[in-house]
Amino acid sequence: MMKKIEAIIKPFKLDDVKDALVEAGIEGMTVSEVKGYGRQQGHSELYRGAEYIVEFIPKVKIEIVVSTDDYAQKAVEAIATAAKTGKIGDGKIFVSSIDSAVRIRTDEEDEEAL
Amino acid sequence: MEINYVLDTLFALFAMTLIIFMVPGFAMLEAGLVRTKNVTAVLTVNIMVYAVAGMAFLLIGYSLAFESWDNDGMSKWAAFLFQMAFVGKTVNIMSGGVSERTRIIPLSIFTVIMAAIIYPLVVNVTWGANLLSGTMFDISSMHDLAGCTVIHSTGAWALLAAILIIGPRRGRYTKEGKIRVIPASNIPLVVLGALLLWIGWFGFNGGSVGSISSKENADLVALTIMNTNTGGLAGAITVGLIMYIQYKRFDITMILNGALGGLVSVTAGADIFDIYTPIYVGAIGGAIVVFGVAMFDKLRLDDPVGALSVHLLNGIWGTVAVALFADVSLWDQVKGVLVVGVFAFTSSFVVMYIINKITPFRAADDEQLQGLDIEECGLEAYPEFKRSI
Repeated sequence: MMKKIEAIIKPFKLDDVKDALVEAGIEGMTVSEVKGYGRQQGHSELYRGAEYIVEFIPKVKIEIVVSTDDYAQKAVEAIATAAKTGKIGDGKIFVSSIDSAVRIRTDEEDEEAL
Repeated sequence: MEINYVLDTLFALFAMTLIIFMVPGFAMLEAGLVRTKNVTAVLTVNIMVYAVAGMAFLLIGYSLAFESWDNDGMSKWAAFLFQMAFVGKTVNIMSGGVSERTRIIPLSIFTVIMAAIIYPLVVNVTWGANLLSGTMFDISSMHDLAGCTVIHSTGAWALLAAILIIGPRRGRYTKEGKIRVIPASNIPLVVLGALLLWIGWFGFNGGSVGSISSKENADLVALTIMNTNTGGLAGAITVGLIMYIQYKRFDITMILNGALGGLVSVTAGADIFDIYTPIYVGAIGGAIVVFGVAMFDKLRLDDPVGALSVHLLNGIWGTVAVALFADVSLWDQVKGVLVVGVFAFTSSFVVMYIINKITPFRAADDEQLQGLDIEECGLEAYPEFKRSI
């Protein structure tokens, strides 16, 4: 059963997370720069003597699709370990099922395509 | 002496070139301080101000200010170019302070009037032919080396009139009475712009000595430039310290505003101060900026670049400071500030009020929301980046 893992992490943890995933045998991932609003509730900045709240904080979203539950389990553990700082705002990991996949270059399908 | 003529012509052309560095200076400073959706519009205004003001001064303003083009000391074309370099600055000071909400056409119309009539009349009664000679309003004895009052205050009085007519940026002051912070979009541009202005100031003040072709004048020019620089240093250091003591953080936009405030504050007296006086004058000038930015926000006078604090408050302070720190009549200085202030503010207000009736200065709320880049110019400055609202 193919699984998708989406992880929202702190941007400066991206390299650590990538290394951990590669070590766990995950060969590819898609990364995007995103902004989030969660328990961190933004942070305050100072501009010309006036404080203001930056509500949406920059985060990085990693998306991975793997072929088995076993790989999904490994990926989640790798991300959770590598992205943890123990401070508020470390992010979240979501796992969901994937119905189908196609590799565009070769027309391979599903697990073959990953 | 032909060599003196040549040297002073060269000097005027060099000073003029330095002053023109203030055109990109203002442009980059403002481009960095406004939001990304208004950057092209702000830059377009800067170019239009330079072109329109220079042209209006060439065709009308210069003759109104000085009556005659004749000049014995240097090439009369160099003398013109040097004076022309100043005129756009008066309008730049005003256009920067009403950024992000002002349409380009009415602003350009006001630029014509400012550069052809209002500013030349101020120059006329201070440095020029002097229409007011022999009247009780004669202010030609005010000591204003390079235009602390004549340029900085004049431009900033026009800005005050403009802010009163145009109002704040959409959403700057909320219905609940809160001030919404609108942060700068590009700090490196702010730094580049402020430092270009700083370099321009050496020509602005140094060139205003008027001649470098004797030993005495060469010393005087060098002293003036040195004192100018010291004013900027003192302003930057003072604001850095105040911001750190008050907020435990360094705000570079304020530190640069402090440097510019310091530079304005020594613009009237840089030629007659000793080498330590600019430290006090510039430090106070910097402190005035910190206090002024907060004060104008309390008064709901929305000024995204801090021009009222830098140019109006320090224009006044710098002109008065000459009397406090050098052998100059305090009354002459105060009278100059008052006469120029009343004239520049009233005439600008009336002219803008009339222009505003014909074609409004203020961009509508939905245009401001969309950004003036799209509305006024059809071209975004940063098309590949998402705009912040």
